[in-house]
Amino acid sequence: MTSSTQQTRPYARRAGEQPIGVGEAAPERGRTYADRPEFGGAEVGQRSEGLLHDPERVARGLGWFSIGLGLAQIAAPRGMARMIGVEDGETSRDAMFAIGVREIASGIGLLTRPRPSGWVWTRVGGDVMDLTLLGSALKSGHANRNRMAAATAAVVGVTVLDLLIDVTEAITVNRSPEEVYRFWRNFENLPRFMEHLESVNSIDNLRSRWKAKAPAGTTVEWVAEIIDDQANRIIAWRSLPDADVPNSGMVRFALAPGNRGTEITVELHYEPPGGAIGAAIAKLFGQEPSQQVKSDLHRLKQVLETGEVMQSDASISPGPHPARPPAERIGLAPSLQGGI
Amino acid sequence: MKANCWNGKRQVRVEQVPDPQILNARDAIVKITSTAICGSDLHLYNGFVPTMEKGDVLGHEFMGEVVDVGPAVRNLSVGDRVVVPFPIACGECLMCRQDLFSCCENSNPNAWMAEKLWGHSPAGIFGYSHMLGGFAGGQAEYARVPFADVGPLKIPAGIPDEQVLFLSDIFPTGYMGADMCNIQPGDVVAVWGAGPVGQFAIASAYLLGAERVIAIDRFPYRLQMARERARAWETINYEEESVLERLEDLTGGRGPDACIDAVGMEAHGHTAMYAYDRAKQALMLETDRPLALREAILACRNGGVVSVIGVYGGFIDKFPMGSVMNRSLTIRSGQCHVQKYMRPLLEHIERGEIDPSFVITHTLPLDQAPRGYDMFLNKRDNCEKVVLKM
Repeated sequence: MTSSTQQTRPYARRAGEQPIGVGEAAPERGRTYADRPEFGGAEVGQRSEGLLHDPERVARGLGWFSIGLGLAQIAAPRGMARMIGVEDGETSRDAMFAIGVREIASGIGLLTRPRPSGWVWTRVGGDVMDLTLLGSALKSGHANRNRMAAATAAVVGVTVLDLLIDVTEAITVNRSPEEVYRFWRNFENLPRFMEHLESVNSIDNLRSRWKAKAPAGTTVEWVAEIIDDQANRIIAWRSLPDADVPNSGMVRFALAPGNRGTEITVELHYEPPGGAIGAAIAKLFGQEPSQQVKSDLHRLKQVLETGEVMQSDASISPGPHPARPPAERIGLAPSLQGGI
Repeated sequence: MKANCWNGKRQVRVEQVPDPQILNARDAIVKITSTAICGSDLHLYNGFVPTMEKGDVLGHEFMGEVVDVGPAVRNLSVGDRVVVPFPIACGECLMCRQDLFSCCENSNPNAWMAEKLWGHSPAGIFGYSHMLGGFAGGQAEYARVPFADVGPLKIPAGIPDEQVLFLSDIFPTGYMGADMCNIQPGDVVAVWGAGPVGQFAIASAYLLGAERVIAIDRFPYRLQMARERARAWETINYEEESVLERLEDLTGGRGPDACIDAVGMEAHGHTAMYAYDRAKQALMLETDRPLALREAILACRNGGVVSVIGVYGGFIDKFPMGSVMNRSLTIRSGQCHVQKYMRPLLEHIERGEIDPSFVITHTLPLDQAPRGYDMFLNKRDNCEKVVLKM
């Protein structure tokens, strides 16, 4: 075999570009709509005073809280168990230890990530885990019920606090930005892939009435208006005052590199007003809104690329059930026959 | 209809379940004539795969007759005889367009579950946990087949089920294992695992031009099948001798040019390393046992390829990354992109170059599926592959 030295291809520089390694620092890309100078740093949506002004600070506070709680759970699992009124035993000590490890992990995540708000969902997931474990402890005869109830209230308190953070998710769809923008701009399409939305009806060119599913078969409503609309690039909207659930959102469409289609980035902000509605909201938007939004985007991709939302024997109805054909007669899912 | 259902660790039961329905416009319903039990089904059986639920219908290697099609299926008609590939693929996404069908971006409605563990979700799979979609599987009388215009392969009349059934999974899987090795004329290939996938990996390595293929296992009857049917040049029983030393001898000290891991996460050994891996699993500090993989890496010649088609689920310990990096090894892996290989492999079968039915040792009615699992797991009666008939 003869040795070969490879000829390198000259690097095709874009017009005006300096050689790699030479030049001034690139401008930093803003992470949210509000940070971007090209969008005038305009405020999107209504922001209430207080905590939501600085979600990162809240996240950091939760980070330290997590670590403190985690250390207590690891160092003194028995003491912790006794303090919250769970029976002392192998299982609860192991569970307390495991929970402690998880608390520390999410605490570290919150404190070391550049965008800690994403990591808050591990706390929420963890809180749900705690609630579930506490719930089952409540059912077992051994626990001291008074102490348990106090512990549950404390965990729920932390859970509601954890939900004051916003969500950003992205997905790439193998379709042009024009197609994707056109589909999203018709808000009446949104319930086809956004699972918690029941209906969206246009009122006029800018305003629409949204209905979302709430627990126990009820619905929550608000009117939203479009505050920015750049064809094939951006759609931004916010709820009008008086909304059951103040919220705002923005979706950006960008051509993906290398003919891969369109990159869709969604930012959603939820501001639970607190009180009884706040608790309902926790369930309404799911314990892991980030995950729910990502699943919504997966469904959007399925609709745009294959014509319909993909069903499995497990996804066809909510709640856990075995992967076997459904017993009841189910019609065909509505599909995108003949385009958008 | 009758279906074989998972009911906990080491418990499967044939139960009455509803018949499948058309749920999406591109679905088809297939009346199953033959199906099989896969080595990866044993990972479900042994409780190693999370997100299973009692009552899940198992099975992902099946074929039969189309009895119903959704309104958007143009290429199949009622009455067509088809083999169905185990990954479900839409044909439209970037992954499918690049022939990476087992990475389809649209076929897992439970993508979020897989994303948690693996970063991104692969395609949905028939009968293989809720994390991979929660689809009812094919160890049943009927199955719903999504994206029927992409997956199922029509089989001409005159070829018995037994010769084409394995186009659903294990023949393409073994073939892809060999394909990933980038086999050159004169190459020596070593295959860990002489189960059905290993047998097809050995046979496929020859189809792809390898000169010598070595089979490694601990069951003499499996090594014999590898020798006599899959044409293995040499066999190594790892319970009788050191695999690394024997491979050195067999390759003039170079090491095999390519190593195929057709064993996966439930690797078995009899050394301290096996005890270590089992202990770690019990403490939930390691989810998979990579004994075969470690050996394959250490044995491989410098600059060679380690091709991993054995199934892994989670995390492994003591991975010889130093050996990989310092010796320019290439590791290639993946769930088989069955749709890509089915047609070319059917041609090999039709031309009489290979008869895949050689791996079948037992044929049982569907009702005896639980017995089939037990036999396959415990290698009773020289069991190699169990086919279930309706």
